[in-house]
Amino acid sequence: MSGYFRVRYMQDVALLDTRTQKAWFAVFLVFLLAYPFLANALWLDLANQVLLASVGAVALMLLTGYAGQISLGHAGLLAAGAFTAGILFKEFGAPFWVTLPASAAVGALLGLAFGLPSLRLRGLYLAVSTLALHFIVIHAGAEYETRRGYSTGIVIESPIYDARHWYFALLAAAAATVLFSLNLLRSRTGRAWRAIHGREAVAEALGISVPRAKLTAFVVSSAITAMAGCLFAYFRGFVSVEAFSLYLTIQYVAMIIIGGMGSILGAILGTVFVVLFPYTIDAAMDGLGLAGRFSSVIFAVNYAAFGLAMILFLVFEPQGLVGIWRRARNWFLLWPFKQRPAR
Amino acid sequence: MQLAVNILVLASIYALIACGYVLIYRVSRVLSLAHGELMMLGAYGLYATASLFSGHPWIAIGAAVGLAAAVGVAVYLALMWRMTGESVLAAVLATIALGILLRGAMILAFGTQTQHPLRDLGWQNASLDLGGARISAVALTLVISTVVVYGALALFLRASRWGIRMRAAGQHPLLAAQRGIGLHGIYALAWGLATLTGGLAGMLIAADAGLESTLVIIGLKAFPAALVGGLDSLVGALAGSLIIAAAEVLLIHYVDPLLSEVVPFVVLLVMLVIRPWGLFGTREELDRV
Repeated sequence: MSGYFRVRYMQDVALLDTRTQKAWFAVFLVFLLAYPFLANALWLDLANQVLLASVGAVALMLLTGYAGQISLGHAGLLAAGAFTAGILFKEFGAPFWVTLPASAAVGALLGLAFGLPSLRLRGLYLAVSTLALHFIVIHAGAEYETRRGYSTGIVIESPIYDARHWYFALLAAAAATVLFSLNLLRSRTGRAWRAIHGREAVAEALGISVPRAKLTAFVVSSAITAMAGCLFAYFRGFVSVEAFSLYLTIQYVAMIIIGGMGSILGAILGTVFVVLFPYTIDAAMDGLGLAGRFSSVIFAVNYAAFGLAMILFLVFEPQGLVGIWRRARNWFLLWPFKQRPAR
Repeated sequence: MQLAVNILVLASIYALIACGYVLIYRVSRVLSLAHGELMMLGAYGLYATASLFSGHPWIAIGAAVGLAAAVGVAVYLALMWRMTGESVLAAVLATIALGILLRGAMILAFGTQTQHPLRDLGWQNASLDLGGARISAVALTLVISTVVVYGALALFLRASRWGIRMRAAGQHPLLAAQRGIGLHGIYALAWGLATLTGGLAGMLIAADAGLESTLVIIGLKAFPAALVGGLDSLVGALAGSLIIAAAEVLLIHYVDPLLSEVVPFVVLLVMLVIRPWGLFGTREELDRV
């Protein structure tokens, strides 16, 4: 008898089951811990950006990729978290340990507000209502900035200065988010989300309270997103509404689309792709010797290339990067003894 | 009086843009969030033809309008037909991605400085007196062309063979296809018409206020107008535009000028909570569980 058999229930729910998986995970862990000592300043900064963005991307994946609720208000939620942190810091001098839970609470409340339309609306109309809420949150932030005279933005002093310390803080945040999401998805709540994604009427018939599942999806996702916004505020040391444009929402949505819907791994791969994309474009322009010609409009090149990449993924690879990864893995599963299907 | 004229002008701007959203949604159930960018592309089309056919303003305008329609058809043939049958999210995201691509490409092609297509055509924007209220000649043209466009569209959808086909395709694509209506042709036509009207709106706004990147925001603000009236109703788009424009102008005048960005979306949200399918829209199957 050979092969891997699950004989106990604990083995069935384990996140890592085979010895190979554990070995690879250990290698990956060592790499993650050693990374800040190997990388130079630029690559360390890029890693920090990826880790920070991955928190928000995983949160959006929970909502859109698993629970199937479309949201175009992600930048608004990030802004809400960042502004909560900024306002508490500026008005009351609150420390990080106060602002982070406060951001989460504000995010959860806003998630409830974002989620309420989802009880009546679906698909397109839901996307539109979250888009409208985005504009309202941003307007409230801008209003605060002008009323209090911080028209250029709020400056926040971060308790962490060193990029390497930031790396470990953000790594912890990202790892906590991923672990929390993976565990939540295997619980009753997560299964309910997948069920309402599949078909709401059937989910209801199976005894799932659809309104409750939808609202929990919005509340959990928004709370995590707002915490990501709070981290963003500290990481940048600066909060301003300009940072939370509709383009940011599009970037986050692109992360989960490009990464592949319905997969936490996909959210992370997509984050890596989207965060590194502008730098890749920069490098490519340098390599082609076009950097001088387009230096003043480099952001336009980025826009165009990003739009093109998104279109290409939507049209040719709807499964996203994770689909490519799975195909590659399956191809190597039997390699080099690939069986051809009999004709 | 001046307020009424301002409302009328803003309402016609929104209405002229909104009919593009309505046409595409009504026929193919796709929401085009690239409409603002397509509108801006239409305006840049006029800018390009104005310098190409300098001295012949009417030829330039005709060429620009034709170009706008061709762009719409090209968008459908190059991208959107692949999205038929995909999920709502995928189709909407494809239009968003197209919008980003177009925005970048337009900056690369035309630069970032404000252009004045009207000056390039060799015309002046006179200010007219209208019983105590002032209105610019271009704004008056905009109001008139909105009326003409809506009249022509109503006639086209009601009386012409292609218009009837279009309505049939919107009502039930499967049955329409079985009756021998080529859906791809109809969808391409809808995209062409929507981009034509949107491009026309872009050209007129650019002629009045200069051609710059804020045009995209105006395009996005017209979208609540379409939704408030009902995404599949042209009458609704007119009514929605009037409501949004009135709310915006009055609130800016009496409360706070900073509200202009957010008012259309607040109205939209209220509408979505009360009556998601809009004032005049057909009630879709929003099957509640």
